[in-house]
Amino acid sequence: MSLFQYDFMLRALVGALIIGLAAPALGIYLVQRRLTLIGDGIGHVALTGVGAGLLLNRSPVLVAVVVATIGAVTIELIRARGRTSGDLALALLFYGGIAGGVLLVGLSDSTSSNLNAYLFGALTTTSRTDLVTIAVLGAVVLVAMVGLRPALFAICHDEEYARVSGLPVRELNLLLAVITAVTVTIAMRAVGVLLISALMVVPVAAAQQVTRGFHSTMTMAMALGLFSAGTGVWVAATANTAPGASIVVLAIGLFLVVTLVAALLRAVRRRRVDGGSAPVAEPHEVVLHR
Amino acid sequence: MTGPVITVTHGVVGYDGRPVLRDVSLTVSAGEVVAVLGANGSGKSTLIRAVLGLVPLSSGEVTLFGTAQRRFRQWHRIGYVPQRLGAGSGVPATVREVVASGRLARRGVLRPAGAPDRAAVAEALAAVGLTDRAGDPVATLSGGQQQRTLIARALAGRPELLVLDEPTAGVDMASQEAFAEALTGFVDGGGTVLLVAHELGPLRPLISRAVVVHQGGIAHDGAVPEPAGHHAAPDHDHVHPHGPDEPVGLWSS
Repeated sequence: MSLFQYDFMLRALVGALIIGLAAPALGIYLVQRRLTLIGDGIGHVALTGVGAGLLLNRSPVLVAVVVATIGAVTIELIRARGRTSGDLALALLFYGGIAGGVLLVGLSDSTSSNLNAYLFGALTTTSRTDLVTIAVLGAVVLVAMVGLRPALFAICHDEEYARVSGLPVRELNLLLAVITAVTVTIAMRAVGVLLISALMVVPVAAAQQVTRGFHSTMTMAMALGLFSAGTGVWVAATANTAPGASIVVLAIGLFLVVTLVAALLRAVRRRRVDGGSAPVAEPHEVVLHR
Repeated sequence: MTGPVITVTHGVVGYDGRPVLRDVSLTVSAGEVVAVLGANGSGKSTLIRAVLGLVPLSSGEVTLFGTAQRRFRQWHRIGYVPQRLGAGSGVPATVREVVASGRLARRGVLRPAGAPDRAAVAEALAAVGLTDRAGDPVATLSGGQQQRTLIARALAGRPELLVLDEPTAGVDMASQEAFAEALTGFVDGGGTVLLVAHELGPLRPLISRAVVVHQGGIAHDGAVPEPAGHHAAPDHDHVHPHGPDEPVGLWSS
């Protein structure tokens, strides 16, 4: 473990652990809402923020938070109106975001390696200031997602019932959108814009194969996220691989193992009862309105 | 306080310019059990959704407990039982977790659940006979048991008014009876009920008044009408399945 005697490795590890814990805490609500790929889209929009930050010589991460938040709120407003054209509006926002980002980064003095750092993550370049930003924003995400769990669960589970309960549905939906933007932007450091959704969704997907309730799914997803983030950084340092990709590959590996074990357990249990048929698989899609 | 619990005055609702309810007026007083009957597409579900503010009125007025619905904030006094549990997303939730959502109207968003919340949830689960399934994922329950979960969620908030949208449609007999029993307990405790039904079944003895909605207007308001035609046959089994139950798992949608 002597690798972590270097400050930059230690910062990378701590940053990754915070993100590994926070991303699934938010992701579970997105999965429940069937907005699994929204993180991806907001990541695209955040890239425009990065470009603007580099061009204006401001902190790319902070400008990205602002731009991603505007993007997320726009998407939420489109979703809430339930327009059929929402799908197309999302596509415009996503591709506009990534094109704008590439364009603005090109206009600034930065090199293409700088763009790569945001596209695929650059954990080992995490500075002390970056780490503070990640820690503060990560804490905000965790406190909001864990503290508001009953209300957010109610809204994601049955929005109409939540409205009749007098919950501030619109405000909480907007909060969820803003928190998504914040999580995307801090996760951008670790795994990059193109892999952000994986950290939010894959641990949740793995956990729900074996859990029975929402609370236990959330806890297990956060534990799996933490584990893949920590192990991913260690693997990256030892095998000299890209940290972001290592974390995501590990998370997907965990998902496969958990799914396989759960399927075996189910098969054994079913054989004891009778010979039932396997459920038909159907892929998830982005759904803008329910 | 024996004033009206719900009033609808000249309520009009339209979807995309097409009128669904035309000039509907309705009053429900405290302690009444009112059934809204009507054919599919008659506008009966729209009527209760308008009462709850889930669909906007294009004209007319709704009051709840004497307050204009627009300004009504005491939502803990109302328990809503939708027709069906929202489509599952694959993230599991236990029966207890779903029922606990019913406490939010009383507790608010920020306060964590306390002992009174847990007691109310346990009581509601017992009232619908699901105590032994409290830790199971709702998706593994039968349609009738899911429906009972939803009434338990509404009862957990200890409401004064229950609004139910087709609570017994496609529900097995055992669940219908458990449902009727839970509702009887609620009415005996002084509760008011507004329910939409296609068919009353074991709920029939509970109903104090029936309102028949036909083509967006109220065609009858008074005693429960006798079943007619094939509906009157004693063995008539009126079930409206909502499609097959889907498998639980990552890819189920």
